[in-house]
Amino acid sequence: MTMINTLIDVRDGEALVAAPQPIVLEASELDIHYGEHWAVRDVDIAVEQNRITAMIGPSGCGKSTVLRCFNRMNDLIESARVSGSVAYHGVDLYDKAVDPVEVRRRIGMVFQKPNPFPKSIWENIAFGPRVAGIARSKADLDEIVERSLRKAALWDEVKDRLGKSAMGLSGGQQQRLCIARAIAVDPDVLLMDEPCSALDPIATARIEDLMREIKEDFTIVIVTHNMQQAARVSDRTAFFSAAVDEAAGVRYGHLVEFAETEKIFSNPEDERTENYITGRFG
Amino acid sequence: MALSTLSSAGKAGNSVDSQTLSGTMDWRGMLFRVLLLSSLVLTLLIIVVLLVDVVSDGSGVLTGRLSDFLHGTLRSRSSDEKLGLFQGLRGSVWIAIFVIGLAFPIGIGAAIYLEEYASANRLTHFIELNIRNLAGVPSVVYGLLGLTLFLNLFKRFTQGDTLVSAGITLAILVLPVVIITSSEAIRAVPNALREGGYGVGATQWEVIRFHVLPYAAPGILTGTLLSLSRAIGEAAPLILIGAITGRLGSSPGLADVGALREKFTALPIVITSWVQKSNGAQDDGVEGMGFAAHAAAAIVVLLVFVLLLNSVAIYLRNRFEKQRG
Repeated sequence: MTMINTLIDVRDGEALVAAPQPIVLEASELDIHYGEHWAVRDVDIAVEQNRITAMIGPSGCGKSTVLRCFNRMNDLIESARVSGSVAYHGVDLYDKAVDPVEVRRRIGMVFQKPNPFPKSIWENIAFGPRVAGIARSKADLDEIVERSLRKAALWDEVKDRLGKSAMGLSGGQQQRLCIARAIAVDPDVLLMDEPCSALDPIATARIEDLMREIKEDFTIVIVTHNMQQAARVSDRTAFFSAAVDEAAGVRYGHLVEFAETEKIFSNPEDERTENYITGRFG
Repeated sequence: MALSTLSSAGKAGNSVDSQTLSGTMDWRGMLFRVLLLSSLVLTLLIIVVLLVDVVSDGSGVLTGRLSDFLHGTLRSRSSDEKLGLFQGLRGSVWIAIFVIGLAFPIGIGAAIYLEEYASANRLTHFIELNIRNLAGVPSVVYGLLGLTLFLNLFKRFTQGDTLVSAGITLAILVLPVVIITSSEAIRAVPNALREGGYGVGATQWEVIRFHVLPYAAPGILTGTLLSLSRAIGEAAPLILIGAITGRLGSSPGLADVGALREKFTALPIVITSWVQKSNGAQDDGVEGMGFAAHAAAAIVVLLVFVLLLNSVAIYLRNRFEKQRG
C-alpha cells in the first residue's frame, strides 16, 4: 500500500484521482443467504484503491449485508451463508485457508451507531494494535494513539483526557474515536456502515471532511441512506434496490447500477436509479 | 405566578383559570399506588419483626459471652460454659470456599461456552432448559445426590460424611443458578461491543476476555454471590450427608485442611439442632441463657456472615460498573 502511495501522490491534483486505480476488493456473483432466505442476489462490484465507494439504496436492499461480506463480519451471524466470491487483492476472502481475524485487521469497520468500548479513550485505540501485535510497549502504543487520534481529527479535543472513559464523549466524538480505533491497526480498507446516521449535521460534516482527508491512506467503502452524502463524498456509487421474487414471494436485494458518482447522479443509465435519486421512490 | 403567565399567554377570550387546568382525580392510579406501597411495607415489616425478634432473643449471648460463643463447641445435652458455634462457623466458611472454588469457575465457564461458543441449535436449547429445571430442584434432592455420590461411590476420596462431601454437594446445588445468572449477564452485553472488538481484528477469545467478560462482570458477580448466600443457608442437604447435630468430638482450626475429611457441622445445622433442644427441655443454661437464646445468637451470626458476603458483592459490582464508565 505504501508503495502505491508513493507512486501516485494523490495530493498532487484531482486529475490523478480520476486515473484508474488498482482494484482492492471485488465481489463477483455474490449471493447471500440468511437461513432459507436468499437475501442478496448476484452482486458484482469492484472497489478501487484510495477512492470512496458509496453504496446507496432503500432499506432492505442488502447494501449493509454486502458491506459486511467485505470483512467477513457476516460470519458472526450463524445463519448467514455466502456464495460467489469476494476477492481482496485477488485472494478469495472466503477461501478455507483465510483467517477472518486477519481479514478484519486489514479491512476495518466503522458501525452505524458509535460503539466505543466502555473503557478509557486510550484503551479504545490501543486495543487493536495490542491484539494485532503491532506494538506492545506503552511508548509505542502512546505514539499510535496520538497518531490515530490526530488522523481522526480528535486529538485536540481529547488529548487532556485520554485516561477518561470514552462514554463521556459526544456522539460525533465517539464516532471519530471509532474511526481512530479502526485506523490504529493500519488497515488497508475502511468499511463504514451508515457512519453518520446517528449524528447531527455538524458532526456529519466533520466525518465527511475526515473521510476526504483519510482517503489518501485508505480505501473507503461507505453505506449510506443519505444520497446527498454519497454525492458529496464518494467517487463511485453503487445503487442497490429491493425486488420481489415472484416465485417465492420474498424480497431480496440486488445491485442495479454501479458507476462514477457524477454519472449516477447526473446521467444514470437505469430508470430505477433515476427514480430513486430524484426522489420518486424509496 | 405560573398560572398568571399562562392566562396572559392565552388568546383573548380564551380565559384560562385554575378550573380549566384541574383534572379529575385518577382513583385507579391512586389505588394501585397504595397497593404497591403496602406490599413493600409488608415485606419490610416482616424483615424488621424477624430481625428485632432474633436480635432481642440473642442479645444476651451476643453481649454477655460473644467470644466464648464464637470459640466454643457443640455440647450434647445441657448448654454449659463451653457451648459455642465455632465448629459450625468453620463448616460454613469451608462450604463457602468450596462453592467459590468449584461452582464459580465451572458455572461461569459453562455460561461463557453456552452464550459465546455453542451454536444456537436444539441441543443447546435442550441443555439450557434442563439447567433451568435443575435450578428449581428442591435442595433435599441434591442431598440425596451427595449421599449417593460422595458417601457411597467416591467414599475413598471423600471419607464419607465429611466437609469435602458437603462442600462439593452444595457447590453442585448452586451450579445451575450460577450458570443461569452468568448466562443472563453475558447475554445482556450489547452486540455492538462484540462487533467493535471483531472489527479491529480481535479473536473470539480476545473479544470475550477484554470486552464481554468485563462488561458482564457486575451481573455475574451479583448473581454468583447471591447463590453463595443460598448455599450457606442450606440445611436440608447437609442433614442427608450426615452433618453432626449432637456433640462433635474434635474442633480443628479454621485453616486445618487435613480436617476437611472429618465429620462436620455447619451454622444452619447448629441452629436447627439448638432450636430442637430448646423445645420443652429443662435447661438452665449458661448464665441463665438456654439453647433458645443461643440459637437466636447463631442466627444473628449467620445473618452477619451472609450480609458480609453480600456487601463484598455490592462493593465489587460498583467497582466494575465504574470501570464500565
